[in-house]
Amino acid sequence: MQKTLLAVAGLMLATPAFADGHANTLTVYAPDYFGSEWGPGPSIEAAFEAQCDCDLVYQTGDVLPRLLLEGENTEADVVIGLNTDVTKKARESGLLTTHGVDFSGLTLPIDWTDDTFVPFNYSHTAFIYDNTKLDGFDSFDALLDAPDDVRVVIQDPRTSISGLALVLWVNAVYGDESEAAWAKLAPKILTVTKGWSEAYGLFTDGEADVVLSFTTSPAYHIIAEEDLTKSAAIFDEGHYFFVELAAKVATTDNTDLADQFMAFVLTPEFQSLIPTTNWSFPAALPADQWPDGFQSLPVPEKVLFYSEEEAAALRDEAIEAWRAALSQ
Amino acid sequence: MARSALPIITMVPAIVAGAIVVVLTLGTLIAVALRAEVGSGLGPADWAAVRFTVAQAFVSASLSVGFAIPVARALARRQFLWRRLLITLLGAPFILPVIVAVLGLLAVFGRNGVLNTALAAIGLPEVSIYGFHGVVLAHVFFNLPLATRFLLQGWLAIPAERFRLAAGLNAPVGRLLEWPMLCVIVPGAFLVIFVICLTSFAVALTLGGGPRATTVELAIYEALRFDFDPGRAALLACVQFGLCAIAALVAWRVSAVDALGTGLDRVVQRWDGSRWIDGIWITLAAMFLLAPLSMVVFQGLAGLDDLPAEVWPSIVRSVSVAIVSAFLTVGMALALALQGGRLVAVIGVLPLAASSLVVGTGLFLMIFPFVRPADMALPVTAAVNATLALPFALRAISPAVAATTENYGRLAAQLNVTGWAWVRLVVVPRVRAPLGFALGLAAALSMGDLGVIALFADADAATLPLTMYRLMGSYRMEAAAGAGLLLVAISLMLFWICDRGGRVNVDV
Repeated sequence: MQKTLLAVAGLMLATPAFADGHANTLTVYAPDYFGSEWGPGPSIEAAFEAQCDCDLVYQTGDVLPRLLLEGENTEADVVIGLNTDVTKKARESGLLTTHGVDFSGLTLPIDWTDDTFVPFNYSHTAFIYDNTKLDGFDSFDALLDAPDDVRVVIQDPRTSISGLALVLWVNAVYGDESEAAWAKLAPKILTVTKGWSEAYGLFTDGEADVVLSFTTSPAYHIIAEEDLTKSAAIFDEGHYFFVELAAKVATTDNTDLADQFMAFVLTPEFQSLIPTTNWSFPAALPADQWPDGFQSLPVPEKVLFYSEEEAAALRDEAIEAWRAALSQ
Repeated sequence: MARSALPIITMVPAIVAGAIVVVLTLGTLIAVALRAEVGSGLGPADWAAVRFTVAQAFVSASLSVGFAIPVARALARRQFLWRRLLITLLGAPFILPVIVAVLGLLAVFGRNGVLNTALAAIGLPEVSIYGFHGVVLAHVFFNLPLATRFLLQGWLAIPAERFRLAAGLNAPVGRLLEWPMLCVIVPGAFLVIFVICLTSFAVALTLGGGPRATTVELAIYEALRFDFDPGRAALLACVQFGLCAIAALVAWRVSAVDALGTGLDRVVQRWDGSRWIDGIWITLAAMFLLAPLSMVVFQGLAGLDDLPAEVWPSIVRSVSVAIVSAFLTVGMALALALQGGRLVAVIGVLPLAASSLVVGTGLFLMIFPFVRPADMALPVTAAVNATLALPFALRAISPAVAATTENYGRLAAQLNVTGWAWVRLVVVPRVRAPLGFALGLAAALSMGDLGVIALFADADAATLPLTMYRLMGSYRMEAAAGAGLLLVAISLMLFWICDRGGRVNVDV
């Protein structure tokens, strides 16, 4: 018993050599969904390895918390899958460096000039509903005025990035009236979940009629399931912009390889893999090159977006309006 | 306890096991606190979270233990076909991954669930599960099985001779035998469940219906993952430890010492109690616990066809981790139980009070300077799962070990049966049933736990629960349900094998 415990303790404290530092290995920190078999990771890895004569390795999990915990000793060469709401913190850490990527091919609905973060796909927050059961809503006001028996499920802005985007969206649309808007929505809110997956699960199980997700969500159902019954409600007031980013780590010992990967992110090769693996709009690919299910998706005419400074300044207030109205 | 008079075993294994627990719980907390840069204090919203956390945990634990008493008594005094299978299945909710359990519960109690469909059919209004009562319902669903098992073991530990004597004297069994046993078992069972509910987070939020159902653990998650504020996370984790410490002190004050003595391990034969009332309790508990479970099976079957190849290696990983972590848990629990005493009791509750997020982050900070975290993903998961399962194993094993020491320790000391021989020849055979139970429980808990893996995960070394979450994150809800079903089936199988193994030739 005693020996077993000591052996296990020894195992835990053993110090294998760091695998870091191989000139030909590019270590990319990515969110969980990114590196899995059905995410964009594997096909991107194959495409990049075909041209770089290197080995691309993903480390999946909580990208930014991990990078911040590791600090300058991080093993990462590139991080991918960050969102705009964490860019301020990531930038201020000084752990990321400028990318030098040419943005002329970008096809985003907003202007993007950031010298640290390269966008690789985007979408907009949107409410998804079953079009065989509901008529849909053509404005945020229409959703707020919907009967109270329409059940909406959203994500918690304190634990979920899409939930945070929602409170910023409400803030962008209603400003000082946000709390009143939330109070109108409150009776329709079935529940609030920790993350996107739980909420979307409640929606597909039929527990909720409407779910907070993205304008690109119906594409999954159309392309992968040939199911045309899921639609995104497009609001006149506009939709909050949701973008995913990549950045180069300042302490990388593989600068050339990291630069090569950052440039690769905006090539048609990488971009054409995005729609049907990450179910988002590619950031640098003209719409006529998107897959069929994407080309026909309704997109909002107006796009709302707060810069990272604005979002950071508004965040606490926007969450508090949400919390106060929903805690009644 | 005969501990001080009889130095029949060395303290070293207990010290090692205790050290592991303290490092993983308090050590990780200190590691996180030391990493703090700014750190903000606690605001009114945090105190609201503390109040909600305590209130729901108190009600949940009271109801779980309250309902477990008649159910466990009914199971203890009735013999029927499939009784063992039923007891195993009744344990299932406790080992379900949170998300699977929530979707199962909603399939029964949700808007489109079985219950509301039935109510609508007979013209009654819809019942909403969301709110304080929903949180309590879910926590009772998770913890009633655990409370029932603890109490059932208490009942089965009352020697058959006492019942015979009571029958011969026509004495009241309830007051003379069962009440003293409950005074020993109930406070500890209540404490464990109270603390489990204290650290709940995703269940409370989802079934609580919104920000009113904010718990301290959610605030810790927000501080660590979203705000990257380790100081605040450490402060909140201290609050959580403080609440647990208060609960533990109260529980120990009111708990009694076992005074029933020993018997010859005969099969208990009961003559008292109403067959009907017992039958009703068993049926109600079975319906409440098995209905959501059947929905999990039902929804999962459709997804089995869609499972990607990635699932199979993840099963191998999860099962290996579960086996290693189960043996580690039982080894640690046995080492601690053989030592006994208040300090061991404290160590046995510590892991319950720890926030798994703080444990994960702290451990990451501790090992990152030396090892590549991704290389350690599986060993770390096994060690942490083992520690997190320790309180349950200790609670299952220690009463039996204490009773063995109390009843046979003097004899063994006289015969000079000490040290390893004492453990091997006397203790292990006598505590084999709870040992098997603890092993099974630890293995099953390890299967379903996601806990700390988020920071350590390697893209190519996902466990089964992580694979399930990845499927959900990629819109593949049906396949995720299939993976959930596999997870439940494998967890239950591991539990059954271990639990059964401990019971071969034992008539309980």
